[in-house]
Amino acid sequence: MECRTVLEHSQALKEREYSSVELTQALLEKSRSCAGLNAFITLTEEQALEQASHADKLIAKGEGGPLTGIPLVHKDLFCTKGVRTTCGSRILDNFISPYDATLVERLEQAGMVMLGKTNMDEFAMGSSTENSYYGPTRNPWGHERVPGGSSGGSAAAVAARLAPAATGTDTGGSIRQPAALCGLSGIKPSYGRVSRYGMVAFASSLDQGGVMALTSEDCAYVLQAMSGFDKKDSTSIDQPVPDYVNALSDSISGKVIGLPKEFFTDGVDEEVAQAIRESISMLEGLGARTIDIDLPNSAAGIPCYYVLAPAEASSNLARFDGVRYGHRASEYTDITEMYEATRSEGFGPEVKRRLLIGAYVLSIGYFEAYYVKAQKLRRLIADDFSKAFEKCDVIVGPTAPTTAFPIGLKTDDPVQMYLNDVFTNSANLAGLPAMSIPAGFDGQGLPIGMHLIGKYLDEATILNVAHHYQLNTDWHRRIPEGYA
Amino acid sequence: MMQWEPVIGLEVHVQLMTNSKLFSGASITYGAQANRQACPISIALPGVLPVMNIEAARLAVRFGLAIGAKVEKRSVFERKNYFYPDLPKGYQISQYKHPIVSGGRLTIATGSGEKAVGITRAHLEEDAGKSVHENFHGMTGIDLNRAGTPLLEIVSNPDMRSAEEAVAYLKKLHALVRYFEVSDGNMQEGSFRCDANVSIRPKGNEDFGTRTELKNINSFRFVEKAINFEIERQIDVLEDGGAIIQETRLYDSERNETRSMRSKEDAQDYRYFPDPDLPEMILDDEFIERVRDSLPESPDQRKSRYEREFSLPSPDAEKLLRDRDTADFFERVCKRSKSDPKTVANWINGELAALLNERHIEIADSPVDSDRFAALMDRMADNTLSRKMAKDVLAHLATSPKTGQSSAEVNLKTSVDDIIESRGFKQITDSSEIERLVEEVLDASAPQVQQYREGNQKVFGYLMGQVMKTADGKADPGQVNRILRNRLE
Repeated sequence: MECRTVLEHSQALKEREYSSVELTQALLEKSRSCAGLNAFITLTEEQALEQASHADKLIAKGEGGPLTGIPLVHKDLFCTKGVRTTCGSRILDNFISPYDATLVERLEQAGMVMLGKTNMDEFAMGSSTENSYYGPTRNPWGHERVPGGSSGGSAAAVAARLAPAATGTDTGGSIRQPAALCGLSGIKPSYGRVSRYGMVAFASSLDQGGVMALTSEDCAYVLQAMSGFDKKDSTSIDQPVPDYVNALSDSISGKVIGLPKEFFTDGVDEEVAQAIRESISMLEGLGARTIDIDLPNSAAGIPCYYVLAPAEASSNLARFDGVRYGHRASEYTDITEMYEATRSEGFGPEVKRRLLIGAYVLSIGYFEAYYVKAQKLRRLIADDFSKAFEKCDVIVGPTAPTTAFPIGLKTDDPVQMYLNDVFTNSANLAGLPAMSIPAGFDGQGLPIGMHLIGKYLDEATILNVAHHYQLNTDWHRRIPEGYA
Repeated sequence: MMQWEPVIGLEVHVQLMTNSKLFSGASITYGAQANRQACPISIALPGVLPVMNIEAARLAVRFGLAIGAKVEKRSVFERKNYFYPDLPKGYQISQYKHPIVSGGRLTIATGSGEKAVGITRAHLEEDAGKSVHENFHGMTGIDLNRAGTPLLEIVSNPDMRSAEEAVAYLKKLHALVRYFEVSDGNMQEGSFRCDANVSIRPKGNEDFGTRTELKNINSFRFVEKAINFEIERQIDVLEDGGAIIQETRLYDSERNETRSMRSKEDAQDYRYFPDPDLPEMILDDEFIERVRDSLPESPDQRKSRYEREFSLPSPDAEKLLRDRDTADFFERVCKRSKSDPKTVANWINGELAALLNERHIEIADSPVDSDRFAALMDRMADNTLSRKMAKDVLAHLATSPKTGQSSAEVNLKTSVDDIIESRGFKQITDSSEIERLVEEVLDASAPQVQQYREGNQKVFGYLMGQVMKTADGKADPGQVNRILRNRLE
């Protein structure tokens, strides 16, 4: 029962095979027994059972929707009313949010049951979930391996079948890269599709909430429920959300897949490259057409991203000053010392590094050379995509250059760590929807992710292509050993 | 002795008359209990986002159009980053490179004639909260009620050359924002705050000297005193061979001096960048035109119309235009009354203003409405009332209501004619009656009549006074004067 997909649970609940309370209890029990993964920061057992019992009543009356009674976990970056919201940081260790994020509210309205809050890189800064005040999360496919990040707790929880779905956030790849490294389907919608209200900001112009699940079909259902305009977020898009679920069954025959040569370079692990090539050829077998395209400025993605994201972060994280909420140092003699001690104690090394980079690139004398230049590059990168999408419907490549790497391998080399996002961050810079789906395994049995980037606001097409791929493959059906 | 010329530019923060904050729906009522208006956005909880209050943009556009400035269709909110306990986000959202209003002007009247002062720009920004040091032993209290209040910062060119001009500009600006209902301009409540940039240069020199910025000068009187103090201080420094340091100085009104607060070396790098939470603000022509259509006639247009239409002298017109309600009152009275507009203006600026002032009432809440004021003017014009009587009637019209009665119940029902009737305020205009009174006085004043006839002209005044006294002040002074003089000649 614990290993089923969202839709399978939905069917079972409707047919009274088991109740939402039973399912919730089973998953909570499994989560407790899998504490060694360190996927959770907080389990919300009491609240989960209340929500499940409420869902069961709705189902009994025949009033539930497809997601009623389905458990999920939230990345601990989403504010949840009455529940601790830490962002993986000591500075918010004691912070209990007095309000719900719009996304949390919408999924609750859809009847979903929150099991808990998942571990993450502190303030979503990282690609391995090693930068958490609460310790690293382990990858269910190999306990000495990272689950990717920053939404690593969410990915590990779904991969270990502790929950059929999880929310995540993606600023440079933080949904797609952990989805790839944990063998999941994960989608980051177009910028503005999902409200950012109540999602603690890392880099406001890049952050976007999304979902990870076992199938693209499940992703479509959950994404449908969380998407749409929110007047509380001035950057949310006031446009109707297409029917993602309905679009899944569209034929992919004749769909044009763009293959950028920049995504198939020597930097990609050969086993990964091979799996992606095979997957592309399978899509061709299913009726899609491929063409070569150019994304000439993609090499600028990483430097551009690592100027803009820290710049915004340095300002976004200024509110964590110990004055109104969160951690405050106990020893200080004046306000400046209070700030310094609070923030020195409250933030981990990677956050500090990015705050320093961010403050630097915004300073007088450096602003033009870094921030302004990065904004120009961002425009060029977005233009590359616009041109490419004149010729194709989807852009495909590997999600990450390698499969899950050992814990501790890259912690001393930030640049190597940053290169994990080399294929993912350009979708954030351009505001495009993108997803990762399982596309094979390497010789060590670690999952490989295929990356699909769609046109602006066209989540439906990438979900559609991913769904057809999954109808004809079973990578996404495999369960890590010991978690079945 | 070298001749020095002061150069002054002003930055004025005007609180906009919106119902809620610039980026949230929280109320901005003055004087609320501490932190009662601190919503999640004012507190800067993790995850909250700003949403622009379009009413603030409307008021900023209104101001821009009122001063004939350029209203920018595209403006950009940026973040000004610095740490301070009453700045909850660690940054202030403010327009920086792309303000909503640029390039306008105000014409001020000074002792040496009219002068145009350029307005460089006006931009929208949010206010900070308040640090409270009283009642928190060894600690600081933070009140975030004010945090996020919408402000328009209006920056002038360095066009003023004396404290007098600076005050004239401020007063003009103050009247203007009130007139156009952009701000209530309440200085006690901090709705109209001023900083001054002051420098001096040898007269005739084109280059600017090093400037200092004066803070905490929040009344017209303090602005004048602080600037004058600062000019003298700078002259002293330069004439002693010293140099002016570019710095921020705080004005101490108790000691009447300015003190150094921080120098340029301590100046912070605010690391401005466009706020990614807020899209660029794009105003379409329709929005701007709708604001333009809603604008009332400007004070300057109105002033020239008063001079033309009502033949009012310029200072009288200016006084009536100190706020829109007064000017509106004046026009309503003129419409209903046959009285000469100059007299109406004199009475509004004089008697009525004094009466309202004494009771701290705004003209909008005047116990004497424009209808009754017009009737009063008419009774004076048709000689029913003398000036003195009219004053008494006005006082009666404005009598405070008895306990339990609203002023509306008591006063608004009592007409001018009712009071004239019931209090016997009618002026004696019947010439035979006046002749009888004159006769009576002359009979009783034989010695004075004698003196007058011997050439002592000033006795006439005494006799005149006697007649008026006998008439209990009700006789028409003009008629008394004529009849008395005829009788004596």
